[in-house]
Formats: sequence, structure tokens, C-alpha cells
Amino acid sequence: MLKEKGILFDVTLCVGCGACSQACKETNNLEQTNKDFLKDHLSDNTFTVVEQYGELFTRKLCMHCNEPACVSVCLVGAITKSPTGSVVYDADKCIGCRYCMQACPHHIPRYEWATTQPRIRKCNLCTDRVKDGQLPACAEACPTEATLFGDMDQLIAIAKKRLKDSPEKYYQHIYGLEEAGGGHVLVLSPVPFEQLGYISKLPKESMPEFTMRAMEKIPSVVVGGGVFLTGMYWLTKRKNQIAKDEKNNNK
Amino acid sequence: MKLKSMNIKEILKPSFWKVVSVIIVTVGLFSTYFRFSLGLGATTNLQDSVPWGLWIGFDFIGVGLAAAGFTIAATVHIFNIHKYEPLVRPAILTAFLGYSVVVCLLLVDLGRPENFWHPLVMWNIHSVMFEITWCIICYSTVLLLEFAPVILEKFNLKAPIKFLKIISIPVVIAGVLFSTLHQSSFGSLYLIVPGKLHPLWYSSLLPIHFYVSCIAAGLSMIIFESYLIARSCTKEDGFCNTGLKMNILSGAAFVVWIALIAGILLKIYDFVSNDKLIYLIIPSMETSLFYLEIIIGTIVPIYLLSYKKFREDKKWLYIISICVISGLILNRLNVSITGLVASSGINYFPSFDEISITIMLVVLAIFAFRLIAKNFSVFVGGESEEAASNISAKKSKQIILSERYE
Repeated sequence: MLKEKGILFDVTLCVGCGACSQACKETNNLEQTNKDFLKDHLSDNTFTVVEQYGELFTRKLCMHCNEPACVSVCLVGAITKSPTGSVVYDADKCIGCRYCMQACPHHIPRYEWATTQPRIRKCNLCTDRVKDGQLPACAEACPTEATLFGDMDQLIAIAKKRLKDSPEKYYQHIYGLEEAGGGHVLVLSPVPFEQLGYISKLPKESMPEFTMRAMEKIPSVVVGGGVFLTGMYWLTKRKNQIAKDEKNNNK
Repeated sequence: MKLKSMNIKEILKPSFWKVVSVIIVTVGLFSTYFRFSLGLGATTNLQDSVPWGLWIGFDFIGVGLAAAGFTIAATVHIFNIHKYEPLVRPAILTAFLGYSVVVCLLLVDLGRPENFWHPLVMWNIHSVMFEITWCIICYSTVLLLEFAPVILEKFNLKAPIKFLKIISIPVVIAGVLFSTLHQSSFGSLYLIVPGKLHPLWYSSLLPIHFYVSCIAAGLSMIIFESYLIARSCTKEDGFCNTGLKMNILSGAAFVVWIALIAGILLKIYDFVSNDKLIYLIIPSMETSLFYLEIIIGTIVPIYLLSYKKFREDKKWLYIISICVISGLILNRLNVSITGLVASSGINYFPSFDEISITIMLVVLAIFAFRLIAKNFSVFVGGESEEAASNISAKKSKQIILSERYE
């Protein structure tokens, strides 16, 4: 049984060199999209970006949720959760409805709008490399260990230890641990997360929960509705029949 | 079934609407060709932050306005209120054509339309989209079964009609259930985006909002349609029984009134219980659109319908039905497009190709409606369906293709 893997990104350690985004492009054979990597943004050819906020740098990439909205909404199951916890996409199954893009609370999936055979594009946590025992390209390239790859339980322990050991250095929150049900990418920062372009008001419960509450009522609607309609049919038919009989009797 | 030469002459005789329709369809076909040969990016204004646009919004509208297909069928066949029988066939035909437009638009919208059959074999039962897809497939089949007798009558095929009659009640019940599920599920689609959809529209009650509003708008659509048909499909054109049946329409209008009141009570409950009243006084584009939607689509019609004299006047009924329909259109566009603008930060407006393909499909549906109404007995009088089938069996078997738009 493979252990659940993930990424811990520490803003305080990031120097904004862009090695991660470059390594990502090379591993995934993506085109260069912007000469200045700091001005780049997520696209069908960019799965991760380094963003500058004042003197701080942060990364954006798929958060690999524990209970991903994209996985739950995909009607053909083209997006799945792999045994290591990464959220992976199978273009051969995809019909291109783009509900995953609409549903993602982190605004991550991108689309190949320019082609006639479009695919959803996003980080897959280098699932193939990890299977071969390698690190994801971004974690391998990072010179300062700002991006750390490892087992989820260890990463959470490291993150908690850092927050505890240097409370003056960190804003006391692990982003990604509980947001939208939590995921496999954790972020530590010296400032509140909305200052780094993260959505801080995400609910703690996983997004599919919101849908499930309505979906779980379907069986009772079908059974209850079926019984009600059959009953009404029988009742009203009988009522009409009685009215008709009475009319005939009165004649 | 041969065409008379006179008919061909009549088909080719130009008239204003004929010319306009031909232009719209031609342009639409070009747009469709571009859409499939160049891809979505080149022909639509969709982008990463606006993955769904006019086409999906129009699907919501089309399905919502086709709702009379199940409400009228249930009224007549389940609740046995036979007064509404003359509306059954037009409602089912409208629903069937409405769903055809929706399915065509979905195929145009899919990034990989060649994989459209995947949901049949690749299942994810947790997806609302999966449920909707299956319900639409099943309900379209139901509509086909419900409308089949009209076609079969024409060719005097008694055995299959008899069979359809035996299974008709279970079919109608299945149709009501499938409709209930997918009409409400269009609202459920947005339950997963609490952070993106504006709180004026986002609600855990979205599925119920969608369901109640489709009942009101579906019936309004039938009222609207009856008025237009009475005006444009006259006896001289080869139609019969198209006159307005006011007592039926006022009855339907009363149900619209009830559904609208239920809808607004639900909205009030939703706003009060979720502390959303504050959003009603924050000035923004969303707030004004919300007021527009509520006033035109709910408050004005509720006020007018509460008076019997408006309910029984055909001109007023026509105006009221337009209000309710506009309310539904605004609501569905607000949920699917404008309610998401603030979170995406992009002001989306559909491209030329998006609009022209949509209009083309609407024109084709209207054309199909006229063609079918002309050749099959869609409009029946007050008498029962059996009598109608006898009349239509006596009618000539010639298919009339001529179209006169006046």
C-alpha cells in the first residue's frame, strides 16, 4: 500500500528563483508562455506559477484535495484520485463538459481552448515520476527546500513544528490542511493567506458534501413521488368514476 | 405521399419570415462548421475563468420552458383533470423539440463531442451532471413514447397505439419523476460552488427554486405559445383547432399564480433563514439584476394574476406569460453567467458564433413545430383523444411541406 504523498510549500524559504516552474515545464513538455516567469499565470501550458507579493513569493498549483470537487462532478470519471493522493486526469474518457473547471474551489483546471481535441490541463503531482521513486520535478528543482515532497503525515508534523518553533516567523495557519476538506498541498506563510492571493474563506467541509446533501434525497423523491403519483391516479380516477355513476343514477 | 407541384411553388414563394429564417439557418450552419473545424477557443468567448457560457445558460432556459411537458401530462393523465386535454399534445411536442434543441446545444458545447456516448458506459453516480444526462436521455424517450400515438394515428397503425395505451400511465409517471429530478438538478449543479455564485442566487435550496420556477414558466410558455399559434396557425394555413381556449388557459394561469407565490415564499424563507437580506440593499450590478428578475418575473405577474379580469383576458394573459418567461430567462442567465462574474472577474458576453448557432436551433425548432402541427393532429378540440384519432385517420395521408409565414 502506497502512502499518501504531498507537498509542503514554505513561503518564508522561497527565494523566487522560478526553478520549480521551469522544471515543471520541462518534465511535462510544456511550451514557454512568458519570458518573465513571475508574470506568468496558470494556463494549458503552465501547471504551476511563482507569484510575487511585495517581497514574498508563493506558488500556485493544484491542491490535490482529499475529496476533490472535480473528481465528484466528472460525469464519466475522467478525473480520479490516485493511490498516492494525487488528482489525475484521463483525456481518453473526457467528454469536455468543463464542469470540473466550474466546480474547482481553487480555480485550478485549465483548458486547451485553441485545439479541436481539447484536454483539461493541470498539475498531477508528477504521478509517473513518483511511481518510479523519483521526486516531483518542482520539489527536485527547488534549491532552498521551500517545496518539500513527502508522506502527508510527516509533512503535517513538520508544518506544525515550524509554526510552534518560530511563532514570530509564521502566520499561525496551515493553508490547505482544512480548506475545502483539505488536500495534499500545504502552504506556510508569514502573512495572512488572502494577501498572497489565496482564497481564505473556503468552507472546511469538502465541496462534494454540498452536492451530496441534495443528491442523497433522490431515492426518497423517486419512491415517494412514484407512490404519490400512482395513488393520485387511482384516487382521481375512482372519484371521476363515482361522479359519473351518480350522474347516471340521477338520470 | 407525393408532393404536388403547387406545393413546391408555395414553398419557394418568398415571404419576410421565410427569408429571415433561411438567412439565420445559413449563418448558423457556417458558425457550426467553424465551431467544429476551429475549436471552442476561436469561435466562442469562453475561457478558463468562464468555462460555461450562453450555450449552457440556454440549455437551462430550454429545459425550464419545456416543463409543461410533464406538468400538463400529469394534470391530465395522473390527476385525471381532462379539461386540459387539448394542451397535452402541444405541450409534449414543445417539450420534445425543446429538449432536442438542448441536446444539440450540449453537443456543440462539448469539447469532445465525439465522446458524447461515454456517460452511457462510464459512470460516476456522484456527479449531478451524470444524473442530469441520464434523466434527459430517459425523459426524451418518455416524450417520444408519449408523442408516438400522434404519429401512428396518421398511418392508422392500431396495434402499437394499443400497446402504448397500456403502458401510458407508468410512462407518464416515469416522465414526471425524471423531470422532477433533472429540473431540480440543474439547480444542484451549482451547489458545489458556494464561493463562486453570488449569494443572491446561491442557496442550498437551489434545486427547489429551479423546480418551482420551471412549473410556472413551463405553463406560461404554453399560454404564450397558444396565443401565438391562434394568431399565426389559422384555418387558411391548413391548421385546425388552434383557436384560443380561454377557460383552459385561465385555469393554467391560476396554477402559474400558485407556483409563483410558492416561489416567492421560498425566496423569502431562504433570505431570512440564511441572513441574506443584507445583500438586497448593497448596490451592485447583481442586486439590480436580481430586482429586475424578481419584479418582472414574479411580483408583477403575481399582482396581475390575482385579478380574475386579467386572468380571463387573452391580451393580459399573453403579457403576463411573457413576464414569467422573461423572469425564468433572467434567473437562469443570472445563475449561470452573471452571478459568477464577480468571482471570475471577467465580463463575459457571447460571441457571434455562440449567438448564431443558438438562434439557428430555435428557428429550426419553430419550423419543426409548424411542420409537425400541420401534418399531425397536434391540436385537438375539447373532445377526447380517441375522437381525435378517428378524425386524423380520415384525413388524407399526404404530408404537407408547404410553409406560409404571414
